[in-house]
Amino acid sequence: MTVLLDPTSERSPTRRPRLPRPERLDGLTIGILDIAKPRGDVFLRRLGERLAERGLAIKHYAKPTNTRPAPVALAQQIAAEVDLVIEGLSD
Amino acid sequence: MSEFPRDGLVAVVKRDCPTCVLTAPVLGELARRAALTVYSQDDPAFPETVPERIDDRELAASHRLAIEIVPTLIRFAGGAEIDRTYGWDRAEWERVAGLSGLGAELPPSQPGCGAKNVEPGVVERLKVRFNQTGLMSRRIEIGDGEDEQEAMYARGWSDGLPLVPPTEERVLRMLDGTIRDPQEVVGLVPPDLAPATVEKVAVNAVMAGCKPEYLPVVLAAVEAVLDDSFAMHGVLATTMFVGPVVVVNGPIRRHIGMNAKGNALGQGNRANAAIGRALQLVIRNIGGGRPQEVDRATLGNPGKYTYCFAEDEEGSSWEPLSVERGIAPGKSAVTVFAGFGLQGVVDQKSRDPESLARSMAESLKAIHNVKLAPACDALLVVCPEHHRTFRDAGWSKARLYDELYRLCEIPGDEVIAGARGIAEGGPPSLAGTTVNKFRRGGLMIVRAGGDAGMFSGIIGGWSAGGARGSLPVTREVKP
Repeated sequence: MTVLLDPTSERSPTRRPRLPRPERLDGLTIGILDIAKPRGDVFLRRLGERLAERGLAIKHYAKPTNTRPAPVALAQQIAAEVDLVIEGLSD
Repeated sequence: MSEFPRDGLVAVVKRDCPTCVLTAPVLGELARRAALTVYSQDDPAFPETVPERIDDRELAASHRLAIEIVPTLIRFAGGAEIDRTYGWDRAEWERVAGLSGLGAELPPSQPGCGAKNVEPGVVERLKVRFNQTGLMSRRIEIGDGEDEQEAMYARGWSDGLPLVPPTEERVLRMLDGTIRDPQEVVGLVPPDLAPATVEKVAVNAVMAGCKPEYLPVVLAAVEAVLDDSFAMHGVLATTMFVGPVVVVNGPIRRHIGMNAKGNALGQGNRANAAIGRALQLVIRNIGGGRPQEVDRATLGNPGKYTYCFAEDEEGSSWEPLSVERGIAPGKSAVTVFAGFGLQGVVDQKSRDPESLARSMAESLKAIHNVKLAPACDALLVVCPEHHRTFRDAGWSKARLYDELYRLCEIPGDEVIAGARGIAEGGPPSLAGTTVNKFRRGGLMIVRAGGDAGMFSGIIGGWSAGGARGSLPVTREVKP
């Protein structure tokens, strides 16, 4: 028998269930997160306008750069302020 | 396992040691005059001068007695060691034995020899046997009928190539390569942001094929990519080609036999290959960064197996990259750069620096796309024959940086989307302006390669170069 040392971080991933999708958007606050990819702001601004026309509350957020994960404070702020988030993941 | 005597003398010897052979008559004398137990490390028939020897070829007793030198003479009283001496020194032996007139025919003293239980490779086995490794990693048992390589592949540890099995003995030997505490956390490895202890880095360094003396370089490289300004998460996650490229400077290059000469960026040198591979395995195994998972690379590049080389500092008229980046001359350092592939600068006709710089600039302007400027950072690897042209003309590295920056200015009209019949490009507002292929400071120059051949190389970078993306990071290599 050979004994090897585990080269991994030995973490067991925690699986968190996704929040249930809302049945309707009425009365919800929607966050729009721009991850700073080129022209993402253009697309997301227009999307926000269209949703606002339907009477929805919109809050806009932006990551400082697409090259790093969102700052923890920003992620927490979004989680505290809105019911659901829309983000654009690529150019 | 034998018990040590409650009272009496214990001697540990080996036949291979001339001082042990010298003291054999004294041991015989002690056996007659006192209670003596002799452990023999290599030959249970030695020494013939005593009636009984205990076979300690397994070295368990030697290890438990923490023998470092043979012969060692120990006195036990009441079940505990109360005195010991090692080597041959008549006065010392007489004191420990409590007897006089020992070995009258011997010289008064003679140094002993290294004990077998502390030989490299042996001491690690004994520490494993006696559970003294201090290693914290989970133990994974591979059955006798199992193929170790297949077992490692099945667990997802491999980059695709076979691995050196990370046994406890190998990891202990690897950790001898550094004075750092095995449980010291080097940093948090993305994407999982899992802590990389020195021990975990050592496990991956073993698998990558490193020798213990490479470990300080691997640790410096891991530290460098985990610096926030390198943005390792993004370098991993991007759809672009890049991965960490490691450039090593300073005396450690030669101490561990790195290649900075012919084929420096190619295969065939263990240190170059294993150090770069260890860094990638750390990202994969500790950080959990795997292709088609968080690593979203469209094509990747072959350097994501390993991309590490040494700068050829000897005979260069330029300061090494590490010195240029603030490390004291004579110190060893690594610089990491988010780069990919290699694009050649073939110029066999330029004999003056102006022509050669123009040649290099035109090649540099092609990185990513001739229509993109600024495009990315880049690492220019200047071969010795090209360097000679600059050296003979008295061009410092600073001069070459300046000239290349100037030569990499491009009329905005040439890079507007649609210009030259290519849809890729910048906005119309660039018309009438001048753009540069690089940001200021976005180019790094090193010297490497074989003495023959006018073939320099360009290692392109990530489009997210600079402070908003990845900056090169330099770290001193410390023991």
